[in-house]
Amino acid sequence: MMKPMITSLTLTLTIMSAGTAFAVDKDFTQINSKIDAMVAKSFPAGEGQDLSRLKQDETQKKCSVRANKPTATEAAEIMARERASIKYPESGNLMGDWKKGEKLVKSGFGMRIGVIEPDPVAKQKGGNGGNCYACHAISPKEVAAGNIGNSLVGYGKTRGTSAEIIQYTYDKIYNAQAFMPCSNMPRFGHNGIITAQQVADITAFLLSPESPVNQ
Amino acid sequence: MKKSLLSLTVVALSGLMTGNAFAEPSVDAYRAQLADKDANPGLIIIEEGGDYFKAKAGPKNVSLEKCDFGLGAGVLKGAYAQLPRYFKDTDRVEDLESRLVSCMVNLQGFKREEIIDRKKIFANQRKKQENTRLEAMAAYVAYQSDGMKIKPGSTHAKEKEAIALGEGLFWRRHGTMDFSCASCHSEDGKRVRLQPLVNAYNSHDIQATMTTWPTYRVSHNVVRNNQHRMWDCNWQMRLPDIEYGSDAAVALIAFLTKQAEGGTLNIPGMKR
Ligand code: HEC
Ligand code: HEC
Repeated sequence: MMKPMITSLTLTLTIMSAGTAFAVDKDFTQINSKIDAMVAKSFPAGEGQDLSRLKQDETQKKCSVRANKPTATEAAEIMARERASIKYPESGNLMGDWKKGEKLVKSGFGMRIGVIEPDPVAKQKGGNGGNCYACHAISPKEVAAGNIGNSLVGYGKTRGTSAEIIQYTYDKIYNAQAFMPCSNMPRFGHNGIITAQQVADITAFLLSPESPVNQ
Repeated sequence: MKKSLLSLTVVALSGLMTGNAFAEPSVDAYRAQLADKDANPGLIIIEEGGDYFKAKAGPKNVSLEKCDFGLGAGVLKGAYAQLPRYFKDTDRVEDLESRLVSCMVNLQGFKREEIIDRKKIFANQRKKQENTRLEAMAAYVAYQSDGMKIKPGSTHAKEKEAIALGEGLFWRRHGTMDFSCASCHSEDGKRVRLQPLVNAYNSHDIQATMTTWPTYRVSHNVVRNNQHRMWDCNWQMRLPDIEYGSDAAVALIAFLTKQAEGGTLNIPGMKR
C-alpha cells in the first residue's frame, strides 16, 4: 500500500486536467529577479511577520515564471519531485476517521499572520482547517461552496473505494501537484497545513460510504 | 444623525445580502443590488475626507490643497482617473494613496514611517473603528474623478516597468497555500465559497472592479481603498503584511488599473 505508482490513473487524470487549461499565456523569466527584489523591499520585517513565506521553492518558482504553464519537461520534473515528497501516517492506514475529516474540510481556520488580523493562537486547539469548501462542492449539506476546483459531491459513490482510489485521493490531498503540475490547489500535506493523519481523515470523508458526501 | 443614517443603510443592505445568499450569485446582479448611490454611506466619509484634506495639519501646519496628483498643484478634478503614474519629485510611480502619503510628508512634514505604521494605517474592522483620515481623504480625492474614464500613466519607462512587474507579481506563487493572485483572479465565473471573484483578464470584470474603488465595505462599516484591498488579499494568502504604498502594492494596482483602462469611474462603490 505504500507507494505503488499508479501510472495509468495518473496519466488519465493528467490528460483530463489539461482540458481545464489556464487562459493566460505569459512568461516572466526575464523579469523574475526584479520581481523578487521588489517583493523583498515591500514586506518589511517586524512583529507578527514571517518573511520565510515569501521564499519560493523550486515548484513555486517554475509555476510563477510560466504563469502555471510549465514546459513538458518542467511538468514531469515537478510531478516527480512532488510525488517523492508525499509522507504517510505511521499507522499506514490511509482511510482515517471521516467525522474528523468532515470538521477539517469545513474549517478555514489557520495560518493568517500579520499585525492586523492574525488567526488567534488561543483558538488554534484543533489545528488548521483544510478550507476545502472555499473551492469545492463536497457534502450536499453545504451550499456555500466555491468552484475553483471541481465538484466532489458523491466522490466515493462514483469512484468506489479500491486501494488505488484510496491511494490516489490521499496523495492528491497531500500534494495536488504530484498529479497536476502548477495546480491551483494548495499542497496541503507537503506545506504542513495539515498532518498526514488529517489527510487520511479527509480521505475517509470523501470516500467512506457512511459520509454525507456519498449519501 | 450621521450614525443613525449609516446603521440604517447597513442593516438594510446586510438583510438584502443574506436574503440573496443562496441564489445563483451573478456578479452583475450582485453589483446592481448595491448600486443605489444616494444611499451610500461612503458619501458621508467622502465629505469628512474633504474637511481633513483642507484642514491645516502636521508639523508645518498646512493643508493638502497644494498636493500635485499629476495634473498640477491643487488640481483634483480628473486626478485619480490618471493614477497610478510617475512622479518626478519622488522619482517613482505612485498610486492615489502613496501620493497622498508623499504629500503628507513633503508638504505637511509628517514622518513617513509614522503614517504607514502597520498598526495605525487601517481602521480596525474588528474593533469597529471609524475610517482613518487617510482613507477618508483618499476617497475624497478619488470622488473628484467620478464619471471619468480610467487612463493610468503607461508611457514613462518606470510606468511600463511597474505595470510589467505588477503582472509578474500577480502570478508569483508563495506562502503556505501556494497562492498567487492568479489562483483566484484569472478565470471567469469563479467563486470562493459564495463570493464572486474578479477575473483580471476579463475587461468587463476588471473595469467593474477598478471603477468602484474606493468603496464602502458593508462588512467593515468603512470606506476602503485599493491599498487596503492589496493588503487584504495578501493576508488571505497567508502572507506577511504588505507595506502600505510599497512598490509591490503600487505595481499590483498599476497592473490592475491598466487592465481596467477605459472603464468609467463610479465612486464610491459599495461592496460586501
Ligand atoms: C484554492 C483552491 C482549492 C482548495 C482550497 C482545495 N482544492 Fe482541491 N482542487 C482544486 C483544483 C483547481 C482542482 C483541479 C485541478 C487539480 O486536479 O489539481 C482540485 C482537485 C481536487 C481533487 C481531484 C479531483 C478529481 O476529480 O480527481 C480532489 C480529490 C481535491 N481537489 C480535494 C480537495 C480537498 C479534500 C481539499 C481540502 C483539504 C481541497 N481539495 C482544497 C482547488 C482547490
Ligand atoms: C484565495 C483566494 C484569493 C487570492 C489568492 C487573492 N484574492 Fe483577491 N479576492 C478574493 C476574494 C474572495 C475577494 C472578494 C472579497 C469579498 O467580497 O469580500 C477578492 C477581491 C479582490 C479585489 C476586489 C474585487 C472587486 O470587485 O472589488 C481585488 C482588486 C483583488 N481581490 C485583487 C487581488 C490581488 C492583487 C491578489 C494578489 C495579491 C489577490 N486578489 C489574491 C480572493 C482572493
